[in-house]
Amino acid sequence: MAFLELQDLHRDFGTNKALDGIEISLGEGEFLSLLGPSGCGKTTALRLVAGFDRPDQGRIVVDGKDVTRVAPNKRDMGMVFQAYSLFPNMTARQNVEFGLKIRGKDKADRRKRVDDLLELVGLGHAGDRYPHQLSGGMQQRVALARALAIEPRVLLLDEPLSALDAKVRVQLREEIRRIQLELGITTLYVTHDQEEALSVSDHVAVMYRGRIEQMCAPAEMYTSPATPFVAEFIGTMNRLEATVVDPSAGTLDMDGKTLTVEAARGKPRGARVLVLIRPETVEVSAANGAGPNTLTGDVLTHTFLGPVTRLRIASGAASLIADMPTARAAALPPGSKVDAALPATEARLLDLSDGPLPEIAEEPAPVGR
Amino acid sequence: MKPRRAIAPSALVWLLLGAVYFFVPLIATFLFSLKSNQTGKCCTVANYSWVVHNGAFWHTLKISFLLALETIAISLALFVPTIYWVHLKVPRLRPVIAFLALIPFVIPPIVMVVGLLKFFKGTPSWFYAQPWGFLAGAYVILAFPYMFFSLDAGFRSIDVHTLTEASQSLGARWGTTLIKVILPNIRAAALAGAFLTLAIVMGEFTIANLSAFHTFPIFIQYVNESQGFPAASLTLLSFAITWAAMASLLVVGRKRGQRAAIVAGAR
Repeated sequence: MAFLELQDLHRDFGTNKALDGIEISLGEGEFLSLLGPSGCGKTTALRLVAGFDRPDQGRIVVDGKDVTRVAPNKRDMGMVFQAYSLFPNMTARQNVEFGLKIRGKDKADRRKRVDDLLELVGLGHAGDRYPHQLSGGMQQRVALARALAIEPRVLLLDEPLSALDAKVRVQLREEIRRIQLELGITTLYVTHDQEEALSVSDHVAVMYRGRIEQMCAPAEMYTSPATPFVAEFIGTMNRLEATVVDPSAGTLDMDGKTLTVEAARGKPRGARVLVLIRPETVEVSAANGAGPNTLTGDVLTHTFLGPVTRLRIASGAASLIADMPTARAAALPPGSKVDAALPATEARLLDLSDGPLPEIAEEPAPVGR
Repeated sequence: MKPRRAIAPSALVWLLLGAVYFFVPLIATFLFSLKSNQTGKCCTVANYSWVVHNGAFWHTLKISFLLALETIAISLALFVPTIYWVHLKVPRLRPVIAFLALIPFVIPPIVMVVGLLKFFKGTPSWFYAQPWGFLAGAYVILAFPYMFFSLDAGFRSIDVHTLTEASQSLGARWGTTLIKVILPNIRAAALAGAFLTLAIVMGEFTIANLSAFHTFPIFIQYVNESQGFPAASLTLLSFAITWAAMASLLVVGRKRGQRAAIVAGAR
């Protein structure tokens, strides 16, 4: 049964549709990441759940109760903000204790809970420090402890790691997930960082222009993007336009080249489709006479990514990227002639009859908060 | 530790000129205050004795000081929530309020007091005939720009939105958020506004004179017209008292907001 439900939520800021009828259903103890580019509506959705803003239409239901019109201080939602939000006049301990004091908990209970939470976030030693005496990562840990102190029904995290450096970000996101699993708290996490979303969530919802494009498990999101936008947004994807030639065999024509793709079976003959291929599934070898499903081309560039190297290959009008182990890539320097074998089974197809592909661009954030 | 930077010689010259500008009149006044009121010769502390043994001195000083405290209390109670609300909910109104805050600067006190006297004529005597009513009201208007610009700077130095939302998400109501979270973080700004207000009220003459209230500046003016040497000692004493009052406000503010001050200093 769903614990947190967002039902047909709409929110406009002037002429800008920040949310255009989003539907989310999240089970108790689950971790959902709202992922999307700037201005897609993810923070607006989170703020509606927190109660800092009201929807123009739709309902927010927590544990069967409609909280759409409930004031934020009565919702029992713990929130960690993007900006450092600790109260500067209070120590870490006093910050964590704040919500408990508001709730009238007695001193001994407060002390124990604060100690436990500071230990949980690894800051048992720093309780007496003021926010300005803590690093960014430590401040966000305290903010997390503060949000958890009130035993919230839902934990809301609004890009809590975006101001931190890369190493701390990875470390902290894993800790957030550990704590979330340990406490079994229903969590809504907003981020524009797909790696972050895919690595810690039970479910990921990709948002674009105020709508949810796809909501599913991270692995499914990566391997089976449902819309051209998700395909473009999640990970890196080769996109090749082609026409269905033989639906029974799954054969496609791409500028005179014949490709066989399992996913093309049963598609209407003559349909324009987009073949989506992850770079890591492309097999690259020195040119040796093109075989089936193989494009021959020239290596244009190498991009070193640590264990793998990304090759950009030009094959006629098509441009391909392929990831291969760095040790092997050295044998195929820029300028080499190579064969790029495309996988028949792992390639995905998207119908292009709906119109051209969207361009992912940074959109202005909606006016208002 | 950062190396200490040497003060440039030109800066020293300017500092010296500034010191001369401020201290020479004070020293001259001090020397003048030591002359006997009867013989005109130096040196006696009789003028100081005359001032501190004068009942009117203490009476008017008390009125002005209490008026200053009342003005500070009303101004803070009025402007802190207002400016907080404007920053939080209607930031587009900020320039409008900033413009309104400039009005007491551009309208001469004499024009203001005539207008206020006319406007409030016929109001109950507990307001119109008492310094705690009419005069405090006028001083709140007079202190508006000082209080507004001090508080506005304070609010701009903190993230009002995030702090408020963080506090609310933890269950705090508006009042709790304002008193426990916002106010401690704008304490320095509120103190600055309070100092300026204190200084203004302790020295305000035109409005008090035209509305016929006997405040401390009226007493100074009276002594000044009638007795030259005691007037000099009175001037210096009033100067010292105003500074002492400011220092005590600072001490009280520091004691209560020591931690906030540390944080503000670190920002």
